[in-house]
Amino acid sequence: MERHILVVLPHPDDEAFGISGTLAKYLNEGAQVTYACLTLGEMGRNMGIPPFANRVTLPSIRMKELEESCRAIGIQDLRMLGFHDKTLEFEDQDVLDGQIESLLKELNPTLVMTFYPGYSVHPDHDACGAAVIRAIGRLPEGQRPPVHCMAFTKDHEHFIGSPDIINDVKSFIGQKMASIQAHRSQFQAAELLGSHKISDKEILQRFGTERLWTYPQL
Amino acid sequence: MQLIDKTELQPMIDRLINQDLYIHLEMTTGAYAAHLDSSKHPAATFITNAVIRFTHGSISGTGPYRVGLKMKQGWVYSEGLTHFDETDTTRLILAGHDGQGKLVVALQLSPEPF
Repeated sequence: MERHILVVLPHPDDEAFGISGTLAKYLNEGAQVTYACLTLGEMGRNMGIPPFANRVTLPSIRMKELEESCRAIGIQDLRMLGFHDKTLEFEDQDVLDGQIESLLKELNPTLVMTFYPGYSVHPDHDACGAAVIRAIGRLPEGQRPPVHCMAFTKDHEHFIGSPDIINDVKSFIGQKMASIQAHRSQFQAAELLGSHKISDKEILQRFGTERLWTYPQL
Repeated sequence: MQLIDKTELQPMIDRLINQDLYIHLEMTTGAYAAHLDSSKHPAATFITNAVIRFTHGSISGTGPYRVGLKMKQGWVYSEGLTHFDETDTTRLILAGHDGQGKLVVALQLSPEPF
């Protein structure tokens, strides 16, 4: 059983599709979860359909959506670290790594979850994962928690192989769908808005499995 | 203008930190975007000769490139950059050109107004 899981992701909603079911599963087994969300996704282009957010209101709307998503999953501890969306790759690395390092020292997690650096499409995803790996690398050998990563670039399996962790989260599909739907400014797929109801079977097929890679050589 | 060479460009960015600079930042789809393809949404925006100062800046990506400049309060960000003026020793002149050679994005910094 995991005692304490530290999740580090750059944008509100990054947790929803990839790991919300896995987190609900760990939480159900008694784990503590801290989710450090690096930005508020304030540069996102989706503003709802029809738009109910704008550039000024988007950060506070996404903050509330993130809080709702965490409640849906059952996450006990949400930290919003206040970096600016789209800038992580340009951020002063000492500042970025330092914040993650202090979380690692404070929480002493048994598991860390983030994006696989280099295989996660959005520059913020890659920069977030890279910062986590650097920060963990600065911990003394023997005190480095394992890191489970999401990856989804085209052909990623060609480089990093098949996922070594395949979680069946069908029992936690309620939490997962509530997490996805909490981010209502961002996810506008008709079926998720409820205008075209998709069958329970299709939901389980599409969202019932989560795939993760253990980061090598830490 | 030459294709961006990251290792050559980074010192040009570093040279400009912590000083007042005039910025020209622009992005455009071209005025004919919707005329040529009705599915396209024409948009353009620029700001010229506003004054900024940044403390930290870098170029990123594998081309087209991204540049981010961290200011005391806020950021300058530009994506889609392909070309730079390698001969300019005082200013930073960056542009992003599409497959037809047309300018899509520009980021320029100078100690003197443009």
